[in-house]
Amino acid sequence: MGDDGAGPGLPDYATRLRRARLGLLVALTPVLMLFVSFTSAYVVRQGLPTLDPRTNALVRDWIPVALPKLLLINTGVLILSSVFMELARRQIKGQATHASATSAPGVSAGDQSGIPWLSMTLVLGLAFLFGQWAAWRQLAANGFYVATTPSSSFVYLLTGTHAVHLMGGVLALFVAGIASLLRRSVATRSIVVDVSAWYWHFMAALWIYILCLLEFAG
Amino acid sequence: MATHEFAAQESHAHAAPQGFIRKWVFSLDHKVIGLQYYFLALVAVFVGMFLSLVMRIHLVAPTATLPLLGDIKPETYLTMVTMHGTIMVFFVLTTAPQGGFGNYFLPIQIGAPDMAFPVLNMLSFWTTFLGFIVMIAAFFVAGGAPLHGWTGYAPLSALQSSGPGEGLGADLWIISIAIFCIGALMGALNFITTTLDMRAKGMTMMRMPLTVWAWFVTAILGLLAFGVLLSAGILLLMDRNLGTSFFVPLVTINGQLTGHKGGSPLLWQHLFWFFGHPEVYIAILPAMGMCSQLLSVFSRKPIFGYKAMVYAILAIGFLGFMVWGHHMFMSGMSPYTAFAFSIMTMGIGVPSAIKTFNWLGTLMRGRIRFTSPMLFAIGFVSLFVSGGISGPFLAQPVLDIQLHDTYFVPAHFHLIMGVASIFGIFAATYYWFPKMFGRMMNESMARWHFWFSFIGTYAIFMPMHYLGMAGMPRRYSQLTEVTYLHGLIPLQKFITYAAFVTIAGQLIFLVNLFWSMFKGKRASDNPWEATTLEWTTATPPPHDNFGGHTPIVHNGPYEYSVPGAPRDYVMQSDPQIEPAH
Repeated sequence: MGDDGAGPGLPDYATRLRRARLGLLVALTPVLMLFVSFTSAYVVRQGLPTLDPRTNALVRDWIPVALPKLLLINTGVLILSSVFMELARRQIKGQATHASATSAPGVSAGDQSGIPWLSMTLVLGLAFLFGQWAAWRQLAANGFYVATTPSSSFVYLLTGTHAVHLMGGVLALFVAGIASLLRRSVATRSIVVDVSAWYWHFMAALWIYILCLLEFAG
Repeated sequence: MATHEFAAQESHAHAAPQGFIRKWVFSLDHKVIGLQYYFLALVAVFVGMFLSLVMRIHLVAPTATLPLLGDIKPETYLTMVTMHGTIMVFFVLTTAPQGGFGNYFLPIQIGAPDMAFPVLNMLSFWTTFLGFIVMIAAFFVAGGAPLHGWTGYAPLSALQSSGPGEGLGADLWIISIAIFCIGALMGALNFITTTLDMRAKGMTMMRMPLTVWAWFVTAILGLLAFGVLLSAGILLLMDRNLGTSFFVPLVTINGQLTGHKGGSPLLWQHLFWFFGHPEVYIAILPAMGMCSQLLSVFSRKPIFGYKAMVYAILAIGFLGFMVWGHHMFMSGMSPYTAFAFSIMTMGIGVPSAIKTFNWLGTLMRGRIRFTSPMLFAIGFVSLFVSGGISGPFLAQPVLDIQLHDTYFVPAHFHLIMGVASIFGIFAATYYWFPKMFGRMMNESMARWHFWFSFIGTYAIFMPMHYLGMAGMPRRYSQLTEVTYLHGLIPLQKFITYAAFVTIAGQLIFLVNLFWSMFKGKRASDNPWEATTLEWTTATPPPHDNFGGHTPIVHNGPYEYSVPGAPRDYVMQSDPQIEPAH
């Protein structure tokens, strides 16, 4: 026999947190598959020769794109935001544990004092997105548009898809903020922040991977 | 009825809604969502079937003018091929068995009050619904629906000017599939989390009904495959609308360079089939699960080799990701690569054969009850064998190169992926209808429906093998004027007549479905004397599935004809018995 069924139990804080984390882990799989798929397309396209219509010869048309230095600053901003996010997660987890130890679950502890790590993460997240947009402008100013070369297509594709996913994280932080404003229970807020944090860390790691792919495998 | 053991009351995640909108439209209840998926698939299947009928008429009478449709041009025929395939694969075969029955019965069969994330579940249905609307909209935009086939091979699919329907229609087609992917991913997330985290006490993984195993593994396949299809769709949209060249090489249209260069059409094929082959199993695995369930129930015997069945499902799911290249033997791939894909493909025959022999083993010396769900389950086994046996032929590159672009391939995949899965859906409908609607379906109508469908589908698809072997190419709209194919026209006509008769048989099902909802005989809570948890609760099940309780599971899912038991079946929540097998 395999493991025992989880059993019904009450959907308490621990159960809800476990379920939400499991859901996040499952949800990250297709995101990972999306980027694995893009990576495989990237590698394949890089090695493909193309026919030059003027000479009728097969040539390599992969011209590496000089990435704007701004991307490094953006990376620093995202890593810092990830650190802040972790601090926010630990802060509210402490509150939730404290609340469940001292009162019934589901009751708002109302304790929101301390450094507003969550808001700082949100600001840095928006700054990162703005920075990415500015990097796109720099690329365009250097003559690299989305269809200029196969490598520039991938730069826009990978940074753009990552930005869309990070916007999902920003949205989650807004939800966490609204949950706080609506004075939802500290347990609920803690779960929203916890899964948002893991998602955020994943996005940061994914960005570092994308940057390495573009910089070192370009 | 024996007394079932229940755990203490669990507070349900959301209260029963009262208003019509919250109860039936934007419902969070997995049962309502399951029915929504089911009826969406029902609408889609009739659209897909209508297209196939028009195609069949056109194949034997290409110059005929059809009422309302007028003359069918060759490009219109290709549009129908494309939309028939797309609608059937995505909105019927992926939607009904998994989204429909999986949503309704997975939580109940594992003893859970709902899915893990009900809001996400609701969103997954409405996303899928939106995808369907966008897909249908492709018919009505300028240029009409696309003609690049359900596989959307580039560069045909990647250039706006490559044909009528390749403008806005093709964009809508890609967007619809992307929306569908997102809906399917949300659904898969719920299925996996619910199965892993919400099983009732005592419902170990190895006590789960094989239906649950099938839905669970299907969800994992979806999770890994749909992300890849989504990525391919994004790249295709960029090629079409932003001028990139991921899939488009240097090509000319009417002597004009398109401006694209260097892309790889084969890259599309790899990405597409990395999704496309697991998709075959996404369509068939739930039907396998349902078939296993029903053969055991109506043979009054435990399923033969439960563990082997579970491992076979896992093996099929795993191998399904290793064989996508067998769709591309024609692409000029290295013979060594083709050999590797060929061996892996034939390897899938092993778990498939294990399942087939276990089904036969279950039937052998059983006290078989030939009810309508059982007829369709046996029909499924028959179709699975008939359609599966041509798989090893096509798995060999040498034979595939001969047969690939002929009717042999549609014959193969329609039997195994199309009709076999549809038989799974029918079997499940007749089996679970009493639980879903509280009434029985009419048995005589069901039997007529079965014989029309069973004989009809064989009459349609078996002759297609001969057409293929005789060299009749597929996808062409007008072959009646080709001299060397003249001898095959009577066979094509026979297939068209068979299609008419088979589709007429489906109207019996439609009448039976709606008539029985209102006029069918009242069903008891467990009319089939089955053992799984859905038969322990009221008919139809209450909002929280078990009326404020959660069952405790003591037994496996297929305890039939247990020696010494007071009746010939022991339910999962009955007091524990000593397993004799």
